[in-house]
Amino acid sequence: MSTATIDVDGLGRLIDVLAADGYQVIGPTVRDGAIVLAELDSVDQLPSGWGVEVGPGEYRLRKRADTAMFAHSAGPQSWKQFLHPAHRKLWSTDAEGNGFVPAVEEVPKYAFLGVRGCDLAAIGVLGGVLAGGRHPDGSYVRRRPLFVVGVNCTEPGGVCFCASMGTGPAVGPGYDLVLTELVDDDGHRFVVDVGSAQGRRIFDRVPSREAPADEVGLAQEAVASAAGRMGREMPATDLAEVVRDSRESPLWDDIAARCLNCANCTLVCPTCFCTTTEDVTDLTGEHAERWQRWSSCFELDFSYLHGGEVRTSGASRYRQWLSHKLGTWYDQFGGSGCVGCGRCIAWCPVGIDLTAEAARLSAAAKGSVDVDR
Amino acid sequence: MWTAEPMLPVRYRVTDRRAETADSATLWLEPVDEPLPAIEPGQFTMLYAYGVGEVPISVSGIEDDTLVHTIRAVGAVSRALHAARPGTVIGARGPFGTTWRVADAIGRDLVVVAGGIGLAPLRPVVVAALDLRPSFAGVTVVAGARAPEEFLFRDELDDWAKRDDLELRLTIDKPAPGWDGPVGFVTEPLAEVAVDPLRTVAFLCGPEPMMRFSANLLLRKGVPACRILVSLERNMKCGVGLCGHCQLGPALLCRDGPVVDYAYAEPLLSVKEL
Repeated sequence: MSTATIDVDGLGRLIDVLAADGYQVIGPTVRDGAIVLAELDSVDQLPSGWGVEVGPGEYRLRKRADTAMFAHSAGPQSWKQFLHPAHRKLWSTDAEGNGFVPAVEEVPKYAFLGVRGCDLAAIGVLGGVLAGGRHPDGSYVRRRPLFVVGVNCTEPGGVCFCASMGTGPAVGPGYDLVLTELVDDDGHRFVVDVGSAQGRRIFDRVPSREAPADEVGLAQEAVASAAGRMGREMPATDLAEVVRDSRESPLWDDIAARCLNCANCTLVCPTCFCTTTEDVTDLTGEHAERWQRWSSCFELDFSYLHGGEVRTSGASRYRQWLSHKLGTWYDQFGGSGCVGCGRCIAWCPVGIDLTAEAARLSAAAKGSVDVDR
Repeated sequence: MWTAEPMLPVRYRVTDRRAETADSATLWLEPVDEPLPAIEPGQFTMLYAYGVGEVPISVSGIEDDTLVHTIRAVGAVSRALHAARPGTVIGARGPFGTTWRVADAIGRDLVVVAGGIGLAPLRPVVVAALDLRPSFAGVTVVAGARAPEEFLFRDELDDWAKRDDLELRLTIDKPAPGWDGPVGFVTEPLAEVAVDPLRTVAFLCGPEPMMRFSANLLLRKGVPACRILVSLERNMKCGVGLCGHCQLGPALLCRDGPVVDYAYAEPLLSVKEL
């Protein structure tokens, strides 16, 4: 792997080259008091000089003393909204029985700029669900050829716990290019590693200089030190087992007494994939369409079966969410559904902390084993 | 075909319809275009009623390219499907899910226990067993309904009752005029069935409490949980493991079910609101 350095102009050039190659470049930008993901056509749109203060139920932009562009942790959105749209038409048909016509989707060629380790892992997890089984989701598959510009995390937030999930702060495999941002007396620059042939093809068109060893060392140190500055930590235990042993735990009622069942956690989660379908007809009744939209296990009718809902209590719905995310995801898809981005903690209006609840469940599960003995 | 668009139905036309009870009917569906791959007992399709929606329905008969489904009108979609008359075009996707694995039961005693509409997914098991009758030791069918006129497939049940190579026990929930058979839950006649636990494979479908009580009775008779098969049901939107609705603990029932063995199901069914 060769390592090079680019400056802010070089990053701008990278955006231009990607756009010239037909990519729609998506990256972080400031909008509505948050750092959101949107189409970029200039380096000026990146959140230069902005950081974030994040805690349970809290997210605030904070002006930084420097011009760093990637010194912020996860915002309210994730790459999921581009790979697995919140609302899309599946097909249409008519009352004459002329058949089912699949919706034609205009899918851009995406280049994602600023993908964190946690979020690249989330893209992998989402892909495992939507494209890893016997019946791949065509829409996801069409969106999946990505150009990924990862950014190693040097500024973890107050609700981050990627280090304990093994997904960051360094970006794992699967990137085309990965940047480490450095802002100091020697200037504002990005140490770049090339991770694929596609990445090499693009990066060769961006002016860069070879990264001196001390700069590479600085970048590595910045990422390594981020691992020790995570705001949160997931308990180092077999969470799938904890979840299995916690089905009848009284703690679910305790959490449910705080949980509003608002579904925010499932909407901001970069791996929550659940959808429902909607059937619509026009006023003449001659045409019908079927649409798919995100849905959430916190919705009462999510578990509706003739005669009523299976999960009527808030406790059972929170149990479903946490148990799936941290436990039964292993049974279903061979890994964890959580990547440690912390979004569910920040965007929970009552500040329920997934890591704290997992720790309590884990302690209680271990306690009950002792009692049995 | 599903690789590209697993949510896209193909057209089937209703060619025959038989009313089974006041609120259930069997539909015979012929492909308008390419037929779906062959369906097996225990599996289901997603059936689409024009403009209303889509529901999972287990197959109730295996007939080459013809889909046979027995539908009870309980919700908007199943009411629309139930009301479909010959000529109506509907949509179908599938087949999805696990099977009853009838071939694995060759040489054994089959005990089929059905409650209400639960007889529909089990009918192909009994039909297959009778087609290959010498391959099985005993064949017992225990079926319950709310009332005599609530039994599905009544002509076929009459035929089964006349056979001496099939033991049929029917029961209804409450006494009814003209009914001289047993009254009570299926567990009562099931308790009277002579079961050889070493040879028995049981197939259960009906309301969850009925399956739990029946399975527990069979366990007490010594039948191992891995040879008690149950067909489970949860909300399903996609049928292909993508929508997340049909979860029951570790299972995605559209993929890992609907048919699972009771060793797997018992710890899940015993948890309230899982």
